[in-house]
Amino acid sequence: MATQYETSASKSGANTIRATRDARTTIYKRPRPGESAIQGFLIFCGLLSVFTTLGIVYVLGSEALLFFSTGAVDLVEFFTAPRWQPQSGEFGIMPLVSATLMTTLFAMLVAIPLGLGAAIYLAEYAPERTRATLKPILEILAGIPTVVYGYFALTFMTPLLRAIFGQNTVSIYNVASAGLVMGIMILPTIASMSEDALSAVPRNLREASYGLGATKIETILKVVLPAALSGVIAAFIVGISRAVGETMIVALAAGAGPCILYGANSNCFQSFGAAETMTGHIVRISGGDLSYNSIDYNSLFAIGLTLFVFTLILNLISRYITNRFREVYQ
Amino acid sequence: MATVIDGEPEIKTFMPDEAAFKRGLAGRKTRGLVWQIFFIASIVIALLALAALFLNVVNSSFGLVASTFEIDPDEVVEGGDLQAASAEQLAAAIVRIRPNPSKVLVRDNLSSVPTNEFTTRPLSDVLSGHTIPPGIESKTINELTPEELGAVLAANLSTDTMLTYVSADIVGEDVLETYPLFDSLFNRGAIEAEVIEEFGGEAENVEVYFRSWLRPSFIVTKQSSDPIATGISTALLGTLWIVTITVLIAFPIGVGAAIYLEEYSVSKNPWAERFARVIETNIRNLAGVPSIIYGLLGLAIFVRALSAITSGAFLGLDGNGRTILSASLTMALLVLPVIIINAQEAIRAVPSSIREASYGLGATRWQTIWKQVIPAAMPGILTGTILGMSRAIGETAPLVVIGASTAIFTDPNGPFSSFTALPIQIYQWTARPQPEFRAVAAAAIIVLLVLLLLLNATAIFLRQYFRRQLQG
Amino acid sequence: MTQNGAYAFELKNVNIYYGSKLAVNDVNITIPNQKITAFIGPSGCGKSTVLRSLNRMNDLIASARLEGEVHFGGQSLYEQNVDPVEVRRRIGMVFQKPNPFPKSIYDNIAYGPRLLGVRSKSVLDDIVESCLKDSYLWDEVKGDLKKSGLALSGGQQQRLCIARTIAVEPEVILMDEPCSALDPIATQAIEELMRDLVKQFTIVIVTHNMQQAQRVSDFTAFYSIRKEEIAGGKENRWGILAEYAPTGRLFSNPASEETERYIRGEFG
Repeated sequence: MATQYETSASKSGANTIRATRDARTTIYKRPRPGESAIQGFLIFCGLLSVFTTLGIVYVLGSEALLFFSTGAVDLVEFFTAPRWQPQSGEFGIMPLVSATLMTTLFAMLVAIPLGLGAAIYLAEYAPERTRATLKPILEILAGIPTVVYGYFALTFMTPLLRAIFGQNTVSIYNVASAGLVMGIMILPTIASMSEDALSAVPRNLREASYGLGATKIETILKVVLPAALSGVIAAFIVGISRAVGETMIVALAAGAGPCILYGANSNCFQSFGAAETMTGHIVRISGGDLSYNSIDYNSLFAIGLTLFVFTLILNLISRYITNRFREVYQ
Repeated sequence: MATVIDGEPEIKTFMPDEAAFKRGLAGRKTRGLVWQIFFIASIVIALLALAALFLNVVNSSFGLVASTFEIDPDEVVEGGDLQAASAEQLAAAIVRIRPNPSKVLVRDNLSSVPTNEFTTRPLSDVLSGHTIPPGIESKTINELTPEELGAVLAANLSTDTMLTYVSADIVGEDVLETYPLFDSLFNRGAIEAEVIEEFGGEAENVEVYFRSWLRPSFIVTKQSSDPIATGISTALLGTLWIVTITVLIAFPIGVGAAIYLEEYSVSKNPWAERFARVIETNIRNLAGVPSIIYGLLGLAIFVRALSAITSGAFLGLDGNGRTILSASLTMALLVLPVIIINAQEAIRAVPSSIREASYGLGATRWQTIWKQVIPAAMPGILTGTILGMSRAIGETAPLVVIGASTAIFTDPNGPFSSFTALPIQIYQWTARPQPEFRAVAAAAIIVLLVLLLLLNATAIFLRQYFRRQLQG
Repeated sequence: MTQNGAYAFELKNVNIYYGSKLAVNDVNITIPNQKITAFIGPSGCGKSTVLRSLNRMNDLIASARLEGEVHFGGQSLYEQNVDPVEVRRRIGMVFQKPNPFPKSIYDNIAYGPRLLGVRSKSVLDDIVESCLKDSYLWDEVKGDLKKSGLALSGGQQQRLCIARTIAVEPEVILMDEPCSALDPIATQAIEELMRDLVKQFTIVIVTHNMQQAQRVSDFTAFYSIRKEEIAGGKENRWGILAEYAPTGRLFSNPASEETERYIRGEFG
């Protein structure tokens, strides 16, 4: 089996080559325990993410179950009661949800038009060097920790709003301030994802439009944007999801204490009033004294479960839109 | 459109004539200009917001401060200007006004002998490793004259440290009002007048001075409940401990998962393929879960269920599960999706020709991955890791839920310590209404941002380094 | 919409640059009205570049620059106050790879007229039907005009692009290798269509297929490449117009030897 094989280059190593060749006379599988062990470790790493999801679902579900099984509150009341006041036994989540929606609304009022506008500028108008400078700066905006944004909302945005609209209209803690700053924080995400979607539209579609005598803005609005629509919508939904899940900005600037949803003192929909969101509530309660076997503790997980389901649905819709309607250009 | 009827071309046109076309075109172009202004304005607003954010923070970190003092600073040092006092002056004041606590200062900050031997060992042992003024090496601490004790303090403690001690513990400074930097620089006169009117002047022990809330001593001073005396070393160490352990856990697992998904899941077995897709979908969903949910997960599992491990009980320590270890484990779960997704992309980008060459030489799968694929994918993997670390440094909500301490005054010294972190402190200080807490929060924010800046700069540098290695 | 005069385009001493690099040198050519003129030549000879300069499409490339004069209907296309949007409305273009918009067939064709302010549904219906008929596509799609333009076959898509182009009633149709992405049957359909369209429009077509040029065109311009060595062992290349003649004469009796060698397939 050992054939002589020598080239001038390998003469010095020929004996080594021949020796190893003789040793490798078999072509059959050999046990490689090292490989198997490594593969096992890698599979474990992959599985860990599944465990995480299962863990989240189990933890949120079981504690929420405990919450609902105490008899103090049932599902119907959870979703319809106008107040969240554990001291008086009222556990209506809708006040928290409506505050979340209010802040999200304000955030999207800022993030969607400005984010999309910035994306269009970067993708269609900006010269290459400007684009190369501006994109990292937007990344910086996206990388600033949210607690810093919370500080900004409380110490800059709120005084600004109070100066513009009057100290009597705008309370010190208000959803508008938190929402607007949240919008600034989310703007880079929407801009970045939208810009990717716009840049992915192939050049020949733009050329076809120009060839027909369209102006630049007509090409952008009537050809490029519709062609990129699924990516842009997905970006919006991701932005909404982030706004819903955001904690520190609303914890610092939106207010402590849930609002009242309906009835005589309802105040959940006042833009310049204070209201506590789902996330703000969780953070406030868990940041204080919390005994582990209280209904307060369990209620946190019920709120967490609602939040988790909410954002999960949003993210699934976003991914569905991206995959299903991924534009076929040719 | 020309249509032929009876051999004669009949020219029928739907399009507007020349004049109408020109009018229409002018309108179309104007619309285009308006939109263009809007698009540019969007970017400008984003940039302005970024600038406002930074300027606001800087504005709050430095500025004039109006304070009252329990003991008139004039009685502490000549001229009453504590900020300008020298180390010797401060040390002398400390020894004079608080003789015994000044020895406690030496014991806490400089002593390297056990507490019960502190008063009996000579200075050469007690102060080993520090500067000992000449002539007193053989004396014990209680044998020192006030001047000698003062010299010991002045030689070893920084002016800032002593100043902080003097301000907080001796003089009893209470901040009445802080003023932003911009006003402090340009409207000093007006501010001073306002202070006198509102709070009083020299007679009421009210003083106005310029204070840099962010100063070198701020970074190394332990936390205190008094904003004048507080520093962020406790929080900074907490953050560093948490981030380090987080990366140690998340990096191998994250890269491992990415390797599995990219290299091992492509097989003829359809179940393996499906399994990998499930994991991938799962990871992308996890990336979108709000961070506070991870906090709840960490609270229930790491802090409570696994408290025997996370509290260090199995090592004989007592305490609860609210430790750095719990925080790190939770953060690791949080940043795993980011690391995995980035590492996946990096690995996918490695050209298959490299793998084929390696396999062609008879290398096993792992050998190929370890020696060829991972090095080639390193820049992208590092990017993902740094992104994850940046998140771990900046995230607040999960840490609050897990139970970062609200009152902690000792620096963490291991994974089983109670912890606080930079963003937690910022949150807690910002939530207090008093202006001095806002100022300290602003200073802490600057430290946090600088930390992130250093981290990302390192990332860029490392990326370039690895890229050059690959091309070299 | 016939032009005054016999010439659709007149190019004088046209040089085209990309940045500092010369792409096409000293083109002088007059392109006649209501005829099909073909640009042929080896790859890289600049024939597409010259074609795209006729409707200012090169403007979309930031570094492109043109020297010389391009006259269309007595007007210079590259004067300061000329608006490319107007130019492109009167000089349409069909591209190498069919590029219908991801919209319905109807909306593809109605896109151009709508830009120009045509709103009435009945008018748009007429335009769509008449353009599809003139593009030999009506019978195949009349059942479902709402179908996406991308759902058509390659040949149908290209005819849709032609229909879209003629919907704005241009005077000229420029075609940049319109059949190179299509199979022979679809190619034949387009070539037949061209012979019909030339009754209404001037057509200039770039093609690398000499037989196609012989089949459809009335005039043929042959572009070729010139090189020069420069320092460092590199060479500059640019395109020139080598020969221009009525098609029959160019192919049967070319004036220059280079043209003959190209026609015989000796280089490409």
